[in-house]
Amino acid sequence: MQQIINFVFKNSTRLLFLLLLITSLTLTIQSHSYHRSTVVNSTNVLTGSVFEKMSEVNTYFSLREQNNKLAQENASLRKILFNQKDSTTILKKDSLKGYDKIDVIQSRVINNSYSVSENYLTINSGALQGIKEDMGVVNSQGIVGIVEKVSPKYATILSVLNVKSKINAKVKKSNHFGSLIWNAKNAGYVQLIEIPRLASVKKGDTIVTGGNSRIFPENIPVGIIDKVYTDTETNYYTLNVRLFNDMTNLNHVYIISNKESAEIKKLEKETIKADE
Amino acid sequence: MNNALILNIVRFIFLLAAQIVIFNNIDLFGYINPYPYILFILLYPVNSNRAGLLVASFLLGLTVDMFTNSGGIHAASCLILAYLRPTYFKFAFGLSYEYQTIKINDRLSPERFTFIFISILTHHFILFMLEYFKFTFILEALLRTIATAIFTLIISIIIIYLFKPNKR
Repeated sequence: MQQIINFVFKNSTRLLFLLLLITSLTLTIQSHSYHRSTVVNSTNVLTGSVFEKMSEVNTYFSLREQNNKLAQENASLRKILFNQKDSTTILKKDSLKGYDKIDVIQSRVINNSYSVSENYLTINSGALQGIKEDMGVVNSQGIVGIVEKVSPKYATILSVLNVKSKINAKVKKSNHFGSLIWNAKNAGYVQLIEIPRLASVKKGDTIVTGGNSRIFPENIPVGIIDKVYTDTETNYYTLNVRLFNDMTNLNHVYIISNKESAEIKKLEKETIKADE
Repeated sequence: MNNALILNIVRFIFLLAAQIVIFNNIDLFGYINPYPYILFILLYPVNSNRAGLLVASFLLGLTVDMFTNSGGIHAASCLILAYLRPTYFKFAFGLSYEYQTIKINDRLSPERFTFIFISILTHHFILFMLEYFKFTFILEALLRTIATAIFTLIISIIIIYLFKPNKR
């Protein structure tokens, strides 16, 4: 016993080092696993309030630009509104269910990252505003990411510029779909993989989100094809897609809440369980 | 009496704030961010409590991690740097470093430069390896280490010169 105590006293620095090292490596490994539940993230009160203050200052520098973007979006929405076939049916809800399937929550990005291989954004609304995990995030130009962690007042978003992100997307013209990933090289481009060879795709075609996702509604713009090449291993097409969005400059975003998402998820889970 | 302690606390908060508010948002060429917050570990008094330094570096790294959503990579690399610091002192200043009164916070001599440079290289290499977390990315990690280390070095030297204690 005496020897054990002596040993601990003698090597106290080394033991402390090992203990802290194990803690930090555990946190690191946790953050690299796919669906992480990390303790250390930027949804807590300290980081949230600091980011909020920083963004309050930063937004002053881009007010004019942001206003222009919002005005443009208003104009395009008005165009849709005025082009309805019958103006009396504009606001009519589904008479059977009594609600709209998709709800949109407005929010603001208070921390943006695009320079590492696993990028996350932080927004200034959370569970109190009705945000839940796995909701889609878009802005006026295109997709932004998927909600990852939620705290009462803040939420983090897995950006499309994250090597862990995988989103269903399709070629608008031909409806061939594949998975949208990012190769961590350039913040302006993402890659659409697993497009079958029989699809006729060419530079300049538009990519939109596909219908196979319960996170994003169909036909949200993603980007245009910049380059088409064949994957030597799988013989599928890989498309280099230039994003419509400037991911380095995000401010107002919309969170898409699909009210049937939970039901679909539950059903899929039960199906898998029934198979086993 | 506890002048050194207060100085270190102030340095801790100042470097942390500067890192989060300014240096994390530089994004030179799109992806290079300097990490001069590790100056805290380098400037920590030479002959003081090692355990204290380990805990302080861990907390420093963990706070940066919290703000960058990166798990524990900063905490781990800061901790390893803090642990290796005496070895680097020995390497840069010779075996008898403990008996001399070394001040990193002084005019830049070759010894000080060596010490700061290898410390930054070690920290950044561990940081980027943990960030990529795959050995296939070792080349990218090395490239980023070198590019970022040079940037951090320049910023660190500027900070050291700006806040050099006045000579009386």
